Amino acid sequence: MEGVVFFIAAIGAVVGAVGVVAARNPFYSVLALIAHLFSLAVLFLLLTSAFVAAAQVVVYAGAVMVLYVFVVAYVGEAHEAKWDPVPGQRLFAGLLAFFLFVEISAAILSSGLKALSTHGPDVPAGFGDPAAIGNLLLEKFLVPFEASSLLLLIAAVGAIVLANRKPRSDRQAGDGVVSSGHSAPKARPEGATPAPVTPSHPVGAPK
Amino acid sequence: MNISWYIVLSALLFTIGAIGILVRRSPMVILLCLELMLNAGNLALVAFSREVGNAQGQVFALVVMVVAACEVVVGLGLIVAIFRRKLPLDVDDLRELRG
Repeated sequence: MEGVVFFIAAIGAVVGAVGVVAARNPFYSVLALIAHLFSLAVLFLLLTSAFVAAAQVVVYAGAVMVLYVFVVAYVGEAHEAKWDPVPGQRLFAGLLAFFLFVEISAAILSSGLKALSTHGPDVPAGFGDPAAIGNLLLEKFLVPFEASSLLLLIAAVGAIVLANRKPRSDRQAGDGVVSSGHSAPKARPEGATPAPVTPSHPVGAPK
Repeated sequence: MNISWYIVLSALLFTIGAIGILVRRSPMVILLCLELMLNAGNLALVAFSREVGNAQGQVFALVVMVVAACEVVVGLGLIVAIFRRKLPLDVDDLRELRG
């Protein structure tokens, strides 16, 4: 029974992954990734890690993918060239990936880890459930937990600063010194009166 | 199921993600393929945690999820910034840093 569930979830995960790579429309790639994430959550459940499975579905498939969907809807479909810029790129990529797969598999399966060919040891009930993971996170791994929360905060602020920064054509007058030379002559009007000097905006200031 | 099945599946998913990064040119799809590779690493971490019988590996997987979320946020911010400057969303055209 466990084998059947494993193979169904594994096939779902592989099909989802192939769909991410093969879909031409990025929106379909995002949908395929969501299917892939749900299959992975089933695999995590099979490995008796309920909390990671729940976090996978809620955080990844729920929140992060919504962010992707919004950005895909904002940016729209990218038009990728059908031809390879490097001749035979797909062939070489496939060959390289095949060798990578063989290498990883051979390295791990021949590593002499004895428990690899077993189910793993019998674990008590409650292994990997939210209580156990919460105990670990808030006692043993408290510092990494807080550090990751700080990292999330910095990333969120950084993303807002990055996405909110004005394009260069809007703030040409301000940073003509440091930007490349072609923007400096454009900032000077052709009329006789010199242009009133516009105050330079600090980088990332609100409009 | 043996743990080795999970490990081989994780290697396969990692490989598929690597193919995507090598072949695709849209930065958005490349970010998605990065997610695939990170998730393959997560699967390996959780499988090893089950193999040892110690739940600490699952904390590793959670931290990887947090880092992946940060990477997605910053990457999507970059993509939005590229789009607002009307630059092409194609990693072969955005090659100024190549030197």
